[in-house]
Amino acid sequence: MFFLKLIIRNAFRHRLRTSLTIIGIAIAILAFGMLRTLVGLWYLGVERSAANRLVTRNAISLVFPLPISYNERIRQVPGVKSVSYGNWFAGIYIDEKHFFANYAIEPRHYLDLYPEFIIPADQKEAFIRDRKGCIVGKKLADRYGWRIGDLITLRGTIFPGQWEFVLRGIYRGKEKSTEERVMMFQWDYLNETLKKTMPRRADQVGYFMIGVVNPEMAASVAQEVDRTFRNSLAETLTETERAFQMGFVSMTEAIMIAIQIVSYVVIAIIMIVAANTMAMTARERIPEYATMKTLGFGASHIALIVFGESVFIALIGGTLGAILTFPASLWIETELAEFFPYFSVSATTICIELAAAAVIGVAASIFPTWRGSTIRIAEGLRRIG
Amino acid sequence: MISIPYYYSFRNLWTRRLTTVLTSSGMALVVFVFAATLMLAEGLQKTLVETGSYDNVVVIRKSANSEVQSGVDRSQAAIVESMREVAIGESGRPLLDKELVVLINLLKRVTNKPANVVIRGVGPAGLPLRSQVRLIEGRMPRPGSAEVIAGKNIAERFQGGGVGETVRFGMRDWAVVGVFAAGTTGFNSEIWGDVDQLMQAFRRPVYSSLIFRLRDSSEFSGLKERLESDPRLTVEARRETQYYADQSETMARFLRILGLALTVIFSLGAVIGAMITMYAAVANRTTEIGTMRALGFDRSSILTAFILESLLLGLVGGALGIFGASFMQLITISTMNWQTFSELAFSFTLTFDIIWKSLLFSIIMGFVGGALPALRAARMNIVEALRAT
Repeated sequence: MFFLKLIIRNAFRHRLRTSLTIIGIAIAILAFGMLRTLVGLWYLGVERSAANRLVTRNAISLVFPLPISYNERIRQVPGVKSVSYGNWFAGIYIDEKHFFANYAIEPRHYLDLYPEFIIPADQKEAFIRDRKGCIVGKKLADRYGWRIGDLITLRGTIFPGQWEFVLRGIYRGKEKSTEERVMMFQWDYLNETLKKTMPRRADQVGYFMIGVVNPEMAASVAQEVDRTFRNSLAETLTETERAFQMGFVSMTEAIMIAIQIVSYVVIAIIMIVAANTMAMTARERIPEYATMKTLGFGASHIALIVFGESVFIALIGGTLGAILTFPASLWIETELAEFFPYFSVSATTICIELAAAAVIGVAASIFPTWRGSTIRIAEGLRRIG
Repeated sequence: MISIPYYYSFRNLWTRRLTTVLTSSGMALVVFVFAATLMLAEGLQKTLVETGSYDNVVVIRKSANSEVQSGVDRSQAAIVESMREVAIGESGRPLLDKELVVLINLLKRVTNKPANVVIRGVGPAGLPLRSQVRLIEGRMPRPGSAEVIAGKNIAERFQGGGVGETVRFGMRDWAVVGVFAAGTTGFNSEIWGDVDQLMQAFRRPVYSSLIFRLRDSSEFSGLKERLESDPRLTVEARRETQYYADQSETMARFLRILGLALTVIFSLGAVIGAMITMYAAVANRTTEIGTMRALGFDRSSILTAFILESLLLGLVGGALGIFGASFMQLITISTMNWQTFSELAFSFTLTFDIIWKSLLFSIIMGFVGGALPALRAARMNIVEALRAT
């Protein structure tokens, strides 16, 4: 108890220095948490993919289509519950800066495959009945102030032309993390138009979504589908939705690794700052330590005092940083909603933040602790300043 | 009035070596991150800008963002080819290449993970149009055969990319017969083959893009207008340099914003570090400052001495940071460009511009950190300062 009191008293002897250090640590921990959450977001697409969904695409790469006739043949594969298909449309609304994902899909089965998209039954029916209809996620609709019945025009990049859609439904996500910034419209609309303008490209789909009866069968179904089309003009590659998303993520992994490294660099920087504070503090108090030793305190007591002070300061900073993580992520979620509609800090992140703070405190105290505890009494007393 | 000699500041840093090293290494790390992100953005830009040449024009389908999305059919290609602004090559044929650009999945050698690689089908004019591209190993593919040459980065990083190996796509095995280097350009991350063979293999009856050299560079705007207003054509023309700059826009912006955000946050930490050090420096030397004031040095020279000390501190950190960052030039980053969905390799590039920006930045950090403590030192009361122990 006595030592605890001494540590706290010591920590606040240099109010300015201690508070500067605490602020520094808090900022670093905050930045560390934000960067970790950012990296986590990258993997969000992987996290929210369902285990019972498979994606079939052209084996060469995503830019090659598959014939629509595969639909029936996939449906016959044992273990397949339902099949749907779609095209990545890559339409542009207003200009390139207003990016959101948009797909042409076969609506009825597609929406069944995605139970996490919650859409009122009447809106769903209206969408399915209207060939030019489309549905969008809640966040996307809010961003542009769209209401049901509005006309939305996209400029096609892969499929040239101006495409007009009527908004028929707005879906909500089942989970907070569900993607709500997607626009989906009828594949038939795309196909009928292509038949008129570019017949060569009609009757082709970008990918098939397969729902399997149970997740255990996913691997065998995937193999069976690929076997069906082996040595055909369009060979397929079927993988679980998770693996499919992971493929995208791993292509940009280099940048994520860089961000991860940087998040450790920030910890290193603040570790140096904290070590500096502790080194200065210990140097100034060396005569005190010598005095304490004269009074009979052992080396371990001195070590405890220096070490305790360092960890104490680091933990205050860490806690402050961890607390600030919440308003900061809330701010990002509301102010930068178009980039990060979902910026939620996980409990793991908070724990790691606090652990990082503790590491900072321990690392910063190593050298001063060693110096304080090994100082020879005579030498310490002789020192000035 | 004599001012305090500059080596007073310098010696003070030397006396408290541990603290100096710690403070400036904190700053060095910040400068390192600052310089590294700038270098990355620079490397990306350099790669993509150098990929194009100013006198070349890329023609793609209207509103397609990249060659991969584009499609130009044969009749339109013939019309563009007949334009009088197209330069004529040595062989007497137009210096215009009708190319096919598609993506295929290849596995990386090390990680065994797939990435999208650009396959470019080129014709006879493909090489003369790109002066940067030269063969470094093997030979050129024979026209009409299932042979390809791979860019340097592909040969190093992807399975089947080296000479003597084969890559399989479009129901055929393609022998890699050569490896080419293309300076620091994006072509290093591509595989090239015969355009007609590839079109058959991929069953694509249309070209992706047309590349040609201008007869006279100044004729571009007129030609662009004519091409884009021709009712027979649905194309848009861009200078090759512009085309590749557009391709990297999103990623370059992302890197810049990320770099800026990181630097701002990190520099807060380092400035606080410098401030702590300088406040301690001032507090330790209260008597000393009092003595100097008593000797006749005025407030402004005390202020200058302490600010100089913290500027030096920043400069040491900056120099250390740049020293560390210069080693980053050995590293090549390979990632997917979101705009084209294709793999692109580029390295950190250190330029003179980045060096002085980083040094300036470190000095500013030193100044911000040292200003308040120096002010405190300068405003000390002589008598009280002398009385302090």
